[in-house]
Amino acid sequence: MPLETLGWQGLVILVIFGVSLLIATYCTYAERVIAAFLQDRVGPDRAGPWGLAQPLADAVKLFTKEEFFPSGANKALFIFGPCLAMITALMSSAVIPFGSFLKFGDTVVHLQGIEINVGMLYVFGIVSLGVYGIMIGGWASNNKFSLLGAIRAASQNISYELAMGLALIAVLMMSGSLSLRDITLQQSVPGEWHFWNVVKQPLGFLIFIVCAFAETNRTPFDLPECETELVGGYHTEYSSMKMGLYLFAEYINVFVASAVMSVIYFGGFNFPFQYELQGWLHTAQGLSLDAAQNIVAILGVVSVFAKIFAFIFFFMWVRWTLPRFRYDQLMRLGWTILIPLAIFNILLTGGLITTGIIPEIKSWWLLS
Amino acid sequence: MSLFLFLAFVALLSALGVVLAKNPVHSVLFLILTFFTLSAHYLMLNAQFLAAVNIIVYAGAIMVLFLFVIMFLNLNQDTEPHKPMLAKVAATIAGGSLLLIMVAALHNVQPTGYDAATFDSQVGMVNRLGMVLFKQYSLPFELASILLLAAMVGSVMLGKRETGERNF
Repeated sequence: MPLETLGWQGLVILVIFGVSLLIATYCTYAERVIAAFLQDRVGPDRAGPWGLAQPLADAVKLFTKEEFFPSGANKALFIFGPCLAMITALMSSAVIPFGSFLKFGDTVVHLQGIEINVGMLYVFGIVSLGVYGIMIGGWASNNKFSLLGAIRAASQNISYELAMGLALIAVLMMSGSLSLRDITLQQSVPGEWHFWNVVKQPLGFLIFIVCAFAETNRTPFDLPECETELVGGYHTEYSSMKMGLYLFAEYINVFVASAVMSVIYFGGFNFPFQYELQGWLHTAQGLSLDAAQNIVAILGVVSVFAKIFAFIFFFMWVRWTLPRFRYDQLMRLGWTILIPLAIFNILLTGGLITTGIIPEIKSWWLLS
Repeated sequence: MSLFLFLAFVALLSALGVVLAKNPVHSVLFLILTFFTLSAHYLMLNAQFLAAVNIIVYAGAIMVLFLFVIMFLNLNQDTEPHKPMLAKVAATIAGGSLLLIMVAALHNVQPTGYDAATFDSQVGMVNRLGMVLFKQYSLPFELASILLLAAMVGSVMLGKRETGERNF
């Protein structure tokens, strides 16, 4: 890889990092505004125009609060817990394709942190590590309620990872590739009608989104921080910015889960009539091929972020609509409903592929 | 080379940490770090699939259960049972003979380089692995997956509500 391309790729990684943090920051604001909207209240409107400076005010508040260490806490791990939660949350967006590529002469900039051929497994691996931050923090607090929250988080994540993995296997059977970029490109073929994966995998998508709620510890599955039973769950003893990091990590996880769902099931950076638009820009408007490609790529980035924001809104909508499950209901749903359903979905997909109802994927971008 | 040395150093250090740490939770965390360095070694050998699966299965699932159990039991130095002398002697002899066997096994190994003409850099890639698993080792692979599926179905059966069980 030439040095210049490497530099551009580094810039892309930095931008993705910054955008993840920015979106997580404004998720705290969006959550309150949406909660206020759904409960017919005004919501935050004091700090700045429409309350837009509210996240900054929150950050100042969190940073200036007293840092409290509970007695008997394991100090090193007490600090390490929120850091780990934040690290694992930020790592997973590295392989998500946020756009196709920009081309300036000879320089090609892929709008993706890194492209690896096991991208889906990478995301899955990092997600499965996310629970360590909660477990370590909960245990190190030396508090019964924190420990119970940590243990709930661990068993919940392990249980729902199974169903999530099985739901993804059905997608892999169709795509024949673990690379998220390949899966995105397969969902749109130039010159013919081609549906997004959600049309071919409605059941798989349903299982995946339920598991995504459980993996990100969002209502109705936020049992690890269930305040009616466990005071504050794993972050009972946390204060100041360490508490803030846990909250932040949760919003980054929501962002990453939304991004993964948009990429795998909703076509990622594809949008309808993109190839027609590119051709029209080139022939009718007289733009060069590169310029047409760049415009379509930027519109693709807009489209993937529109899908991500729609999912983030859905996460918040559900939070302020549904009550929390009981813990035994959560486990029963995971083990006796979602896992059998996911196995049935695999059998169904296998049957449909064998009978030829779902056509074999053509790797058309490799031919050109 | 320097990257390999660094990784090997971290791997050995964290593996020692597993044995030497007084607190069982620290031991588990060191073991997770060891798995990470092993995955990094796999990556350096161009085996991306193995690296990712090692993280998912060992670091992501099995070690979470380890940590889970250790946290539940809340083991620490005060509650540690006193081990009899016999157990310590037996453990030393067993560990020592394992070391002896490994040294003896590695004694005759000749480290050889690779032949650039015949070396296949794609050998650890997921497509190639799939080809081998589904063509050459189809039967053992399917048997193993049925075994795992049976274990999963078994756990679902155990978790099912029995008739007359209280729903609280």
